Amino acid sequence: MTRLYVARNTRVAARNLDGEMMIMSGKDSTLFTLNKTATIIWQAADGATPLDEIVERRICPEYRVEPAAALQDAETLARELAAHGILDVSEAPIISINSQPANSQTASPPTGESR
Amino acid sequence: MPGLTSPVDCLHLTIEIGGMPIRVNTTDADFLGMLQNRYAGFVGSSEHATVEFDVDLVTPGFVDPDADVRVTQRAGKWALERGDFRAEWEPARSTGTIRQSANPYSIDAVLRIVHTLVLAQEGGFLMHAASAIRNGKAFLFAGVSGAGKTTISRLAPSDATLLTDEISYIRKEVRKDVRKDLQFARQDARTQHTGYVAHGTPFTGELAKLGENVSAPISALYLLAQGPENRIDPVAPGPAVRELLANVLFFAEDQELVRQAFHAACEFVSRVPVSRLTFIPDARVWEMIG
Repeated sequence: MTRLYVARNTRVAARNLDGEMMIMSGKDSTLFTLNKTATIIWQAADGATPLDEIVERRICPEYRVEPAAALQDAETLARELAAHGILDVSEAPIISINSQPANSQTASPPTGESR
Repeated sequence: MPGLTSPVDCLHLTIEIGGMPIRVNTTDADFLGMLQNRYAGFVGSSEHATVEFDVDLVTPGFVDPDADVRVTQRAGKWALERGDFRAEWEPARSTGTIRQSANPYSIDAVLRIVHTLVLAQEGGFLMHAASAIRNGKAFLFAGVSGAGKTTISRLAPSDATLLTDEISYIRKEVRKDVRKDLQFARQDARTQHTGYVAHGTPFTGELAKLGENVSAPISALYLLAQGPENRIDPVAPGPAVRELLANVLFFAEDQELVRQAFHAACEFVSRVPVSRLTFIPDARVWEMIG
């Protein structure tokens, strides 16, 4: 099985506002609001932890779902976030980024837009 | 040897908006008079300008009314362009040039852009909002064209001081606390962010009335909506940031500035209550404000 690694894109700005993760693309100023699942993935996306581990440890206990089905959904979601430039997705660990915590003001998340 | 050259009088004017003095140098007395008239109430006397612009007046040419503003940065220098002006500004030297015809609109646009860039560095911003002071507190009324900024300004009671009916000026209030440590004979200076302040601006909308050049701490941001009754509903942080950003003036194609604007909006929403103000266009709406 090919493992997928995810890392927060450093070219976006992120902020957790009252439990809601908001992310703005520095490239085109698009504003995203992450749903709960996307927020979990975003926060855990350190580039070193495989997505299946994130799903098993963080998502399955939260939603009481089967790992295989949850992983499939998570992969789809991760690729959507990657298409928006919010996450980097790779089949190998992603190094040298994301030394900052996920809720920090710099890092750089999916529904809706403005501006 | 006299007679080969004649001195050119350099005239100047300091326009002070939001407590930020910008000096404008020109050789044209009529243009200077036009600016003095345009920015009456905002003409300052500060010797130390944040920026000093030399204005190079040119003959008016064809201007594309649909031309967009373009603001770019290269090698520490900002380039500001629209169909009717070209300007450069070098923040490190606090100097710049503006090439335009003798009209008040071009320089007005340059000033707005420069203020947005300077404010972004310190967590402030300009936004599409009317603002007014009542009982020592400032209130912002944000919305796109047609949302009711001019209407709410026009309905303001006599005890309210209008800051603007169109573009509000928001600065972070930073207090420097100096603590003297007598035992070690030293001082600790700490800056502390205490809130946001709204300043009056000369940037007008349909009301065509300059704001008062005064300021006050911001007490609330209202997102305007016209409806069948007067009511105030709180807005959650996420939607508040989204709507705030939709109303912030932003010109630069610069990733770092985009981040700064985003964080400034988040910070603002975490400190200032944001509500939706639905109102019918009569003066009773002001009974709910202040």
